[in-house]
Amino acid sequence: MDYILQPWPWYISGPCIAIVMFLLLYFGRTFGMSSNLRTLCAMSGAGKKVEFFKFDWKSQRWNLVVVLGAIVGGFIAHHYLSNPIDIDLSKNTINDLNSLGFNDAGKSLLPPELFSWENVFTLKGIAILITGGLLVGFGTRYAGGCTSGHAITGLSSLQLPSLIAVVGFFLGGLFMIHFIYPILF
Amino acid sequence: MGKYIKFFLVGLFFGIVLVKSEAVSWYRIFEMFKFQSFHMYGIIGTAVVSGILLLLISKRLKVKTIEGEHLKVPLKAKGLFRYIIGGTIFGLGWALCGACPGPMYILVGTGVFSMVIVIAAALLGTFIYGLLKDKLPH
Repeated sequence: MDYILQPWPWYISGPCIAIVMFLLLYFGRTFGMSSNLRTLCAMSGAGKKVEFFKFDWKSQRWNLVVVLGAIVGGFIAHHYLSNPIDIDLSKNTINDLNSLGFNDAGKSLLPPELFSWENVFTLKGIAILITGGLLVGFGTRYAGGCTSGHAITGLSSLQLPSLIAVVGFFLGGLFMIHFIYPILF
Repeated sequence: MGKYIKFFLVGLFFGIVLVKSEAVSWYRIFEMFKFQSFHMYGIIGTAVVSGILLLLISKRLKVKTIEGEHLKVPLKAKGLFRYIIGGTIFGLGWALCGACPGPMYILVGTGVFSMVIVIAAALLGTFIYGLLKDKLPH
């Protein structure tokens, strides 16, 4: 039990994610989390206005069930399977975060500077979350997948488009952290 | 209802793994893009290597899906622009809010309800893509 309550090392976690991908393929489906965003748009009636959302979203219900399971899994893991300990970030990361104004690096999963309600309801706070979400929603559909569809499934099946997409993920991420964060924070 | 239970359980396992591995943490994503820890690279790297092996083995053993078909991965369409531009746009957002689409939902489960704002914005972003799709280079 103690092994479960501690944070899991990367060499356990990575293969577990591959098992998730494999199980979904074995069930005749595929591993892709961002597709659910399109399904949810279609469910909300976006298909009446836009062709892209005119598809049989009911055939994608299984993936929404995966999402439901993931939410419950997050709840269980956080509340019942975790000792309250700090994330073991590298010293350099903690120093860099401190100098950007993030003072509690690793004390919770997410920085209160961005996700606590009092900061969410500042102009800057809400602008960051909405911009981030817009970029993720637009970018994943444009690229036809996210970390699960391209980085895990696409690379595991040695597909060139996915490699190009993952290069894009890193170009964007590196640019954000190294050039835009110093302006924002 | 019964046929959905297995998908719920896979999702449950996925949620637990991503929380326990700390891959849902904004801090871990920041650290990854700063190249200051091997942790996230270890997770993605071992996931891909295990994925390659699982797919090779299942091909060799001619594993069938539960529906009796050959197990196969859907092929991504050929293209360049959509992958590099779309990927870069996603990467910018991923680093900004520290969550990709899987962790967004999982984090709501851990009690981070402000993540609902990010999810709502992501839905809007997806809708905007749908609107502009035919005007974008793919």
